[in-house]
Amino acid sequence: MRFAISLLSIIAIASVIGTVLQQNQPYSNYAIEFGDFWFQPFLWLGLFDVYHTSWFLGILAFLVLSTSLCIYRQSPGVLRDVKHYREQASLKSLRAMPYHSEFDCAQPQEVLTGAQAWLLTQGYRFKQQERTDGLMLAAKKGSMQRLGYLLAHAAIVVICIGGLLDGNLLLKLQEVLGQKEVELRNVPQSQIPERSRLGMGNLSFRGMLELPEGTAGDVVFLNAGRGYFVQELPFTVKLKQFHIEHYSTGQPKLFASDIEVTEKATGKVTAATVKVNHPLVVNGIAIYQSSFGDGGSQLQFAAWDWFGKQVQPQALAAVSQSSQPLSWQGKQRTLEFGDFRAFNIENLGETAQAQGLGKLLQDVRQVKAEKKVKNVGPSIQFKVRDAQGQAREYLNYLAPFEQDGRYYLMSGVRSEVAAPFAFIRIPLDADLQPDTFMRLRATMFDTAAWREVARRTAEKAQRDGAISAPYRQEFEQSLHWVLQRFSEGGFAALESFLDDKVPKDKRQVVAQTYIKLLQGAVIDVMKLAQEQAKQPVIELDETHYRFLMDSLVAISASFDYGSDFYLQPVGFTEVKSSGFQLTRSPGKNLVYLGSLLLVLGIFCMFYIRENRIWVWAGAGKVLLAMSANRRDEQTATEFARHTETLTTLVGRQEDGKT
Amino acid sequence: MNTTTLDVTKPQPANLLFWQGLKWGDHLFAALVFATAAVAFGRYRTFMDGYEQAILVGMAFGAIALGWFWKPVRVFLPASGALALIGIGLYGDDLARGQTAFWLKYLLASQSLVMWMCVLFVLATGLYWLGLARRSDTAESIASGLTWAAAGAAMSWFFVRWYESYLIGPDIGHVPVSNLYEVFVLFCLITSLMYLYYEQRFATRRMGGFVLLVISAAVGFILWYSIDRQAHEIQPLIPALQSWWMKIHVPANFVGYGSFALASMLGIAQLLASKGVLASRLPSYDTLGEVMYKAIAVGFLFFTIATILGAMWAADAWGGYWSWDPKETWALIVWLNYAAWLHVRLVKGWRGNVLAWWAVIGLFVTTFAFLGVNMFLSGLHSYGTL
Repeated sequence: MRFAISLLSIIAIASVIGTVLQQNQPYSNYAIEFGDFWFQPFLWLGLFDVYHTSWFLGILAFLVLSTSLCIYRQSPGVLRDVKHYREQASLKSLRAMPYHSEFDCAQPQEVLTGAQAWLLTQGYRFKQQERTDGLMLAAKKGSMQRLGYLLAHAAIVVICIGGLLDGNLLLKLQEVLGQKEVELRNVPQSQIPERSRLGMGNLSFRGMLELPEGTAGDVVFLNAGRGYFVQELPFTVKLKQFHIEHYSTGQPKLFASDIEVTEKATGKVTAATVKVNHPLVVNGIAIYQSSFGDGGSQLQFAAWDWFGKQVQPQALAAVSQSSQPLSWQGKQRTLEFGDFRAFNIENLGETAQAQGLGKLLQDVRQVKAEKKVKNVGPSIQFKVRDAQGQAREYLNYLAPFEQDGRYYLMSGVRSEVAAPFAFIRIPLDADLQPDTFMRLRATMFDTAAWREVARRTAEKAQRDGAISAPYRQEFEQSLHWVLQRFSEGGFAALESFLDDKVPKDKRQVVAQTYIKLLQGAVIDVMKLAQEQAKQPVIELDETHYRFLMDSLVAISASFDYGSDFYLQPVGFTEVKSSGFQLTRSPGKNLVYLGSLLLVLGIFCMFYIRENRIWVWAGAGKVLLAMSANRRDEQTATEFARHTETLTTLVGRQEDGKT
Repeated sequence: MNTTTLDVTKPQPANLLFWQGLKWGDHLFAALVFATAAVAFGRYRTFMDGYEQAILVGMAFGAIALGWFWKPVRVFLPASGALALIGIGLYGDDLARGQTAFWLKYLLASQSLVMWMCVLFVLATGLYWLGLARRSDTAESIASGLTWAAAGAAMSWFFVRWYESYLIGPDIGHVPVSNLYEVFVLFCLITSLMYLYYEQRFATRRMGGFVLLVISAAVGFILWYSIDRQAHEIQPLIPALQSWWMKIHVPANFVGYGSFALASMLGIAQLLASKGVLASRLPSYDTLGEVMYKAIAVGFLFFTIATILGAMWAADAWGGYWSWDPKETWALIVWLNYAAWLHVRLVKGWRGNVLAWWAVIGLFVTTFAFLGVNMFLSGLHSYGTL
């Protein structure tokens, strides 16, 4: 008992560890999290996959064994109890029972007849026997209570056996014996050797199959420690289409895959739609909707230059979930495309804070969520890796993003996986295109244009009376310098100059002057850009001025963008993929049977009261005794009732006599 | 002496077969439940699959059994149902009426009902303690009435909110046991009803102060969760939760959680009594232990069923009846904990403070399985996040 309790405690503690420590992660994650010193002992203990370690399974097996032994030892006794009435109980033992009473009685036999009738109405079964010392009426009720004990314990054994059947014990054994070996490489499944493949005869498995739309697969991958096995299937699964639907609130409503299953042996085709909570079972193998994603969509980009004089974009075609080389301005890069997402539903949230108690009460009463959600359109995530292997990750949106009536293209960048994206907003022109901005940007980086811009801006300033003729030369030089400095590093470059060269107390004033110069100059940069491109000059109004200011911000931010090009998504053909989980679990029904036994057993143990009653009559006395598995108020009341009845029976008899 | 005649062959009241002891009230109640179920079946049959129809029928039988077993349910269920029907009638087909119609706004909208429930539970807690401190039967009987009223508000809340969810959108409607906010109200309802049962069964109101404390704690959580996090907003069901399993798995689980919580509070009362604190006012030490045992036995049975139902649901939704997911694992730990508790009481015959302490610790284990897993651990069962 004490041993069993300590084993159970170990199981409980191990289970807790298994929930606190995320299981079956890549080993490198653990090594980073715990450091090398702890990683090794943890690995040795199997803490990264607690529930499948040999010691955990061993303890479970031992508990099953000891429970079985317990049942084996107890069941004859229990069955005897269920069958027998214990009519041979000695008077001494009956008198030792907490519930017993004794009466004087002249004709005990008649009392027994009355008692029989009484006990029948009380739901007792009984047996009467003539003993050497008198007559014994032994009765009992609720024998199922004792069986409950057996049922509950047998249930645990049945459940564990079912669980073991569905576990990977056999596979582990084969691994230990060296017949099978886990595959660690990342190679096409057709090249995986026989040692890491499992045949169709495999009794139980649980693996993943990921299919892009329009493709088919006939193997699943089973995760195993740091590698995987390939499990052959007796059929081919083809994904025709994956559906995803959303509620008006933006939450997902439906994930469903239209699939076609072709059995290899018979050629029989089953077409079905697999949904979450609605698996398809073929040949004893259940196919579950498990995940979904991007299955390699075709993407078209316009690749814009960030820093050169190039005005026109280059077309670039790519496929998501794949890599391709890119040569940009003579430098070699690798583009590693990740997820393409056709929807991005963002919760714009309620910006208004609770105003006073009235608003609070209103909110508390309102069961309908008034949240603003918006589909901000398709996005693609990708990495740009340079020749040194350094990479930055980008998240580019296809659709214009509206803010305060102005439109932008959004592109996020980050250099660490866990960091949030820093977004750059590329202002769009009246046609919702980035062309005007790109023209502005190109002219801004055109060294030859600065002098012309400075001249025009100075001329306008003089005309407006903002500067006088003697200062014009100096003003032009300042403009030229500001443009040059800005095109070298944006606002940060101007700021670093201020920090280096200007006394602290004057920085504020000088900075404002620079900004004003830049704000004046950018108008002429834009004009010049339009003229050079033979485009109409845009009238300077509030909207255009905001556009120019946004452009300055965007150009300045481009220095932190970490890439000298911008990939504007312009088109796509979406190909979704669906992830299936396929399981064969022959132990399932056994587990369910065990569960049923368990519930029955628990019910019997707690809700059936096992009572025994003895009425002995002989030698002018009647003895009533009662035993119960539960000694509580209810038992006491019941005994009082029996005593009362017997008193009456004995009393009536005496009445009859007198 | 010779006036006493007792015909032992004639059944005594205590040993009637159960249907022979039924009164007209029982039959009326059964007829009402059947009629209600029949109307629901007739109206909504086409919106339910076979399993859901079976659940409806099962619920009708379950309600009748409960009413026959514990008589006050025969009044409680129809009264809460009627209240809910009035609310539903006032709504019509327009959710916005919840903000304009007087009776909905202040009493019968689901959120108003929850607020009333909260107020009533807190008041009841105070009065139970007052009754305990002053040995006042009046205070205690008012407290008992308030607890009934609070439970009634929670029961009506359940029906009204169910209806409201369909008013938001036909595809959004679902039974309100789908997130942490909803199950907390369910917890209050179940725990209070179980307490009221034991209150009647053992004819003492002196345990109320303790049991209502844990309900008040849940009330505090509900208020915070609602006011600070707007958790009361009805959210549509994600695909994993769109299943009839939810209708039985969740309530079964909360019978378990509710009775474990109740048992732990009685454990505290028992521990105090053993130190002589309130000993003269509380029910006897053994009675407290007995109620604690009964609660854990009920809870254990339902928790077992709930875990099994959960495993069967997991087999449908996640592709395996057992995945050692944190929620599953913690359910196992809770199960082992109470299995051991019952084992030592029944087989080893343990009694007294050890079991009381164990029941109190059990509440922490249960709370972690219920809340902690959602807060600190990630897994498949991430439906109620804070």
